[in-house]
Amino acid sequence: MIARIAAAALVAALAGCASTAERDPRDPLEPLNRGIYRFNDTVDQAIAQPVARTYRRVVPGEIRDRVRNFFGNIGDFFIGVNNFLQGKFEDGVSDWARVAFNTTVGLFGIHDVASDMGYEKHNEDFGQTFGRWGAGPGPYLVLPFLGSSDLRDGIGTGIDIYADPLDEVRPYHLQYGLWALRFTQLRADLLDASRILEEAALDKYVFQRDAYLQRRRSLVYDGEPPREKQPEEDKGAEDDKDKKPR
Amino acid sequence: MTKTRSLASAALFALFALATALPLRAQEVPPDQLVKSVTLDVVDLIAKDKEIRAGNRAKLIELIDAKVLPHFNFAAMTALALGQSWNKATSEQKKRLTEEFRTLLVRTYASALAAYSEQKFEFRPLRAKPTDTDVTVQVRVLQVGAQPVPIDYSMEKTASGWKVYDVMVGGVSLVANYRTEFNNVVRDSGIDGLVKNLSAKNRSGLEASAAAAARK
Repeated sequence: MIARIAAAALVAALAGCASTAERDPRDPLEPLNRGIYRFNDTVDQAIAQPVARTYRRVVPGEIRDRVRNFFGNIGDFFIGVNNFLQGKFEDGVSDWARVAFNTTVGLFGIHDVASDMGYEKHNEDFGQTFGRWGAGPGPYLVLPFLGSSDLRDGIGTGIDIYADPLDEVRPYHLQYGLWALRFTQLRADLLDASRILEEAALDKYVFQRDAYLQRRRSLVYDGEPPREKQPEEDKGAEDDKDKKPR
Repeated sequence: MTKTRSLASAALFALFALATALPLRAQEVPPDQLVKSVTLDVVDLIAKDKEIRAGNRAKLIELIDAKVLPHFNFAAMTALALGQSWNKATSEQKKRLTEEFRTLLVRTYASALAAYSEQKFEFRPLRAKPTDTDVTVQVRVLQVGAQPVPIDYSMEKTASGWKVYDVMVGGVSLVANYRTEFNNVVRDSGIDGLVKNLSAKNRSGLEASAAAAARK
């Protein structure tokens, strides 16, 4: 089944190879990526979005908060691991304190009591850890079903999924059910963002790619990335001329 | 008789004082105060307005026009988004580009506001010297069970007060994000092509939101 979908994605991707525009150096595989993007978009519009919209319409916000918290709590353990790997011990301890309080007092994570106690939720994963260790993003990639990524984050995502506590859940049908619920919740939370993307972008693929690369760079540096060097051609105009038009 | 006259002159004086005080006030409000008061003002107005909450987009855009737009420098935003190409544009092209980009941003902003549902804001203290003329005002949107979303406003001091020239949401600069898109279109079909492209996008957006309103 998965092999067949992958084959279909590949065919769609190769069909996209026909067009040759000037390549963005950050995205050397653009034609392939655009093909997978189209495939993902089709799956999203046909299945993921309708399911997420129905979920949001049928399930009350209060319950959706509980579901989000439950999966957030499962994620916090490895967020802590990644903070330790990045040498941010205080953050790591805080993440594990979140797990301890939310799993017990918060009834298996459905109530985020730790946030009320001042333990803020963080955003970390293995891709960010590699970035912190000095790995650049590498070429931009669009992964089938998972969407925007790059070489570094793709490897990171592989480890994230491999290490995920949900993998230990048995029986299997319960595990698959939980994964399905987790993705539905995630997609539902992104419904507004994807609608804004539709409205804002001239070329959705480019807009989403650039936003992804900016966002990941910001996350690697925890919101305070060093100033980016301007591309070669912009030099000379970057500071004074460009900035203040009138 | 004297009473009415003194009343009239008092009113006239008040009007005059107001007229002269207004532009002065706009200059004096520090950037972080400005962001805070505009944000809270807009959120409050939306909360009170049943029509906007029921999805009246025209009214929401009216509100944004009146309350938010005066604090944005769209010419600067368009210039930054275009980069090098801006210098090659004629003044007529610059005007058209700024208008179309402004319409696009306002519509996008309206969508973002429409999705707002009582999240709390945290206004960060300004980290800048009083003499600075280019600052970043940081706001964080707090939400249940997720990391807060940082919103950074890049602001520049002008003769008519502090103006926003870029917004960063979660580390993504709006202006930088349009740069590749704009440059791709300019490379393929020139600046006029970009103007055409933007206005087509704005028209289709208008039709889409009209259709969405009709469905409701």
